[in-house]
Amino acid sequence: MKHVLAMLLGLIATTLAAPAVLAQEEQTAPYAYRQLDDPEQEARAHDLMVTLRCLQCQGQSIADSDAPIAGSMRSLVRERIAAGETPDQIRDWLMERYGDYVSYEPRVTALTWPLFALPVVLILLAVVLLRRRFRSGRAAA
Amino acid sequence: MIAEFGLAALWLAAALAAFQLIAGSLALTERGEGLAGAVRPVAVVQGLLTAIAFVALILVFARTDLSVKLVAMNSHSMKPLIFKIAGAWGNHEGSMLLWVTVMSLAGGFVALVERRLPERTMLATLAGQAFVSLGFYAFLLISSNPFERLDPVPAEGNGLNPLLQDLGLAFHPPTLYLGYVGLSVAFSFAIGALITREVGPAFARAMRPWVLAAWIFLTLGITAGSYWAYYELGWGGWWFWDPVENASLMPWLAATALLHSASVLAARNALRAWTVMLGVVAFSMSMIGTFLVRSGILTSVHAFAVDPERGSFILVLLAIYIGGALTLFGLRAATVTEGERFAPVSREGALVINNVALCAILGIVLFGTLYPLVTEAFDTKVSVGPPYFNPMGAVFFVPMLLVLMVGPLLRWRRDSLARVRPAIIAAGLAILAAVIAVLLVGGVGVLPFIGLVLAVGLAVASVMPLRGRNLRRTPLAVWGMVLAHLGIAVALFGMASESAFSVERLVALREGESATVGPWTVRLDAVEPVAGPNWTALEARMTARYKDGGGSMLLPQARSFWAPPQQTTESALKTRWNGQLYTVLGGESPGQTGPGRWQVRLWWKPFVTLIWYGGLLIGLGGVLALIGRTASDIRRVIARDKIAYRRERQNR
Repeated sequence: MKHVLAMLLGLIATTLAAPAVLAQEEQTAPYAYRQLDDPEQEARAHDLMVTLRCLQCQGQSIADSDAPIAGSMRSLVRERIAAGETPDQIRDWLMERYGDYVSYEPRVTALTWPLFALPVVLILLAVVLLRRRFRSGRAAA
Repeated sequence: MIAEFGLAALWLAAALAAFQLIAGSLALTERGEGLAGAVRPVAVVQGLLTAIAFVALILVFARTDLSVKLVAMNSHSMKPLIFKIAGAWGNHEGSMLLWVTVMSLAGGFVALVERRLPERTMLATLAGQAFVSLGFYAFLLISSNPFERLDPVPAEGNGLNPLLQDLGLAFHPPTLYLGYVGLSVAFSFAIGALITREVGPAFARAMRPWVLAAWIFLTLGITAGSYWAYYELGWGGWWFWDPVENASLMPWLAATALLHSASVLAARNALRAWTVMLGVVAFSMSMIGTFLVRSGILTSVHAFAVDPERGSFILVLLAIYIGGALTLFGLRAATVTEGERFAPVSREGALVINNVALCAILGIVLFGTLYPLVTEAFDTKVSVGPPYFNPMGAVFFVPMLLVLMVGPLLRWRRDSLARVRPAIIAAGLAILAAVIAVLLVGGVGVLPFIGLVLAVGLAVASVMPLRGRNLRRTPLAVWGMVLAHLGIAVALFGMASESAFSVERLVALREGESATVGPWTVRLDAVEPVAGPNWTALEARMTARYKDGGGSMLLPQARSFWAPPQQTTESALKTRWNGQLYTVLGGESPGQTGPGRWQVRLWWKPFVTLIWYGGLLIGLGGVLALIGRTASDIRRVIARDKIAYRRERQNR
């Protein structure tokens, strides 16, 4: 009996609460769940969205999240793309506002350069390792 | 009672692990030789005791014994039985108990069946296994006791995170843990061999099946986890470079490298120090992964234990084990020579490139995952995600794939590319055809383009080792290699195709309206409320038609769980041979678009299923290789025993 009641309550909650939230969201973020009409613009917006972090969620991009803030950010990205801004301008604006954390694409800064130096170091290391290995191999043979 | 019984079994097992460490170490000395006979039985009993403790935990969860704190925190009487049981490991304490259980069962199993190595190396190995286990027993018993009681007993439990209430996820962690912890065997073998200085082909042959088994579980676990994220999170993404995913990828990369270098060591007695090093690194990656996930140091969906005390505990364990093993390696590496030499163009040469590339990718993933912690120390939060990992990984992945196309065809020691020219030409032609085909389709980004083209080339190249062989008499291990490499091509094609050709449609539909996505037309027939055992949902009835074909019904749901209260989307998928239609029901959409409309998200993802079929092929290849290698080892052992027996009789 208790869980029948709970189930009913749950049912009411789903049918009532969800639209209320959505209605509010729709006014502030019209493009959270709506694509731009121009497929070329939408593609550009999408490519940008997958590289932006949803600040409320954990480890998801704004293109992969149901969180309200991800919805607002999607809407913001689409509106700005439609207004003619480039993805880089939008990213810079967001990074200025929310910090570097918002972008999955780290910038090269005084703090993050090792990230970009690493592949170079690894390549050099690999070359040195392979050359030493094979050269001494030839000498022995 | 059951909980106390489980806890007692766990303490006993910990005590036995201590005994196993002491007896195993003493047995290596002259005076302690008498203890040698005790080590193997103790390891087996220790494994059984942890299994008992684990069964006890499953029992208290199955009965929803709310007087056990862990059950009250993570379970609920209304949950379906299967998720009650899966809930036993869907939390911090339970998953650590699973970790310890797998580790000591693996140790017990090694003690029971492994007879190929000199007994001294085995003793050192089992002592090493006990040494590693002890730390985790301490962690479990001191800071994460899963059997702790709760007083007063609450009327109801808190429930399990609804995202985790899914069959795929119920069996994902145990599979992955079998892989993670299976690598502890390789770690212990490496330590054992370093201590007794017996690094050679016999060591590699003995270690290989264990690594292979762990690697199979890791492969399947990662594949299953990726598919779970894909259909459960409701946005069609299948890999996020999330720290937790990286935590499972890193041991896989190391184990893959180890598998290949162990082959070189077994066949040619080369790459000796390197193989031992990888044995240490592989399990270290498992431990680092566990640390990242368990300590909650990197915020992520899976980090359900945000607890600094536990974090520092695991960090200390990491320092002891990884630091200790590397010190031992440093001390002994000088005495372990690299072994036989070989030319650059040879099977070994190709495998060395495979190893270097895999390790470089591992370095990128590890560094990229940990770097945000470094910048946070300087008060700047940065995110490292797909735009970093994809291209940086590709820098090493692409050359590795190119080498993979010819490597398996080369002979050991010294070979020439001219000898394998027909195979190179075949792969080259396949690549050329793919380049033309993809260019004709057009609009494909750089990385997906490279992926598609190389996948086609590799698919052709991967079956070349079968050319000119009698297929019936081809060893299982060769079949395994071919299948696994083909699996890489298949999975890569799926990944590249998904990112190149996916079509997304977000629409607001009234009942009776249709939308098109790619070649599909999807009609929203109705939206109705439905109820499950511990959730209620809105369910959309959709009819999907592929081009002019017949309609098939799809039933995506928007679910609301009430313990704990949380919304999830249950996507509905329609699979065809050439891809998957992915449908999601959002909420109702009033406002400017007018009332009575429903948010619907649709994707057409061409060939996306190949990602996971590829993963399964890789795992299947591993299984075939494991069967083949083990069977030939058993035959060898039987033959050796027979010879020994005959000699004995002749001498008599």
